[in-house]
Amino acid sequence: MSVIVAKELTTALTALREHGDARLIQGGTDLMVEINFNHVKPTTMISLRDIKSLRMIRTDTPGIMSIGSGVPYSVIEGEPVLTAIPALAQAARTVGSPQIRAAGSLGGNLGTCSPAGDTLPVMFALDASIHLSAIDSSRVVSIHDFMTGVKRSVRQHDEIITAIDFPIINGWQGYSKVGVRNAMVISVASACLVADHENADVRIALGSVGPTIIRCRAAESWLKTTLDLSTRSTISLDVANEFGRRAAEESSPIDDHRSTAQYRRHAISVLASRLLRKAYQ
Amino acid sequence: MSANEFYSLNVNGETMSVQDSWVGESLLYVLRERLGLPGTKGACEQGECGSCTVLMDGEAVCACLVMAATAVNSEIVTVEGITTDSELTDVQQSFVEEGAVQCGFCTPGLIVAVHHLLGKNPQPSEFEIKEAISGNICRCTGYGRVFAAVEATIRSRNDSK
Repeated sequence: MSVIVAKELTTALTALREHGDARLIQGGTDLMVEINFNHVKPTTMISLRDIKSLRMIRTDTPGIMSIGSGVPYSVIEGEPVLTAIPALAQAARTVGSPQIRAAGSLGGNLGTCSPAGDTLPVMFALDASIHLSAIDSSRVVSIHDFMTGVKRSVRQHDEIITAIDFPIINGWQGYSKVGVRNAMVISVASACLVADHENADVRIALGSVGPTIIRCRAAESWLKTTLDLSTRSTISLDVANEFGRRAAEESSPIDDHRSTAQYRRHAISVLASRLLRKAYQ
Repeated sequence: MSANEFYSLNVNGETMSVQDSWVGESLLYVLRERLGLPGTKGACEQGECGSCTVLMDGEAVCACLVMAATAVNSEIVTVEGITTDSELTDVQQSFVEEGAVQCGFCTPGLIVAVHHLLGKNPQPSEFEIKEAISGNICRCTGYGRVFAAVEATIRSRNDSK
């Protein structure tokens, strides 16, 4: 049998340990394109589609929403995620088309680990944690340690991404993406900004402008030393633009078939500035 | 380990067996080439055009992005199974009347997407209609007539209430 349709996580994990050549498939929106165009010739496939435990959204830990790796974007874009993690719901809604959102999942975005993965900047801005399971072990890895490069992560062959923990923030959060049109677009540049009112700080993460998602730590700390964010007062255009300029400085985009490095850097400065002004409107 | 797959799929309410297929075959390929259901069209094979839209457990998905052998526990509905009647559905009839069909290649995918939309949301806003068909590319109509067909269906369903 070269396709294993697992109904339980342990079935999938056992099969994954047994078959060194096995590939995991959830929604198929990335892998099937590679297969259809003969870039990948699978021998053993393990389907995660029917594992119900990967499709749950849990809130049993206070302050955390834990989203199963197989929950489709079409679910993430609505409640309860929309209220608890609005930036994630916004990012989910920008993915592909309704057909793609019915199939794609956070586990897929993490498994592929493309810098253009729409939901990854949200994970970086919110300091999300990734749950990984093997048949005889499990671990939780910060998103900052999980993604190591373009389509590279610390996931081992025998591990399955099971869930992503998002801290629930008291404050404002938003996601913006630049692409050539609204539907069916892979981002040219994207940004997620979180204004955490409890800690009086701002966090911003950028997508599609570097080999990994980029957290703009220098711009974040510049803002915190420049302004007293605990007052939550509106932010002047000058300060917002300077924040945008600093965020763009921390990006390291390239020229490719989708856009140019120069345009991407400019797009980031505009996105960051707008998101910051919106956060303290 | 066998390189060839034998499995059954539930398509349009019938159990259909797939013989001797390759593991990487998409649901689109299996529907058209192995199960004799050519209504579902294939074009881009990368989930961009929506012409292969089918319902899988009630959700509209691109059949080209579903690995067929992983769909064994799902209920699949193709454009052929959108109605059990020999008559056209009201959505199909509206497409004909409003001239929303030109070359016809995108039509099956659009018909499935529109049935999916109206099944979930009988009174969609203009924005919701546009979003629902945003994954279906049509190079002939410019979408105006497709949009008119969806609105005509909604009107006729409201009138017959």
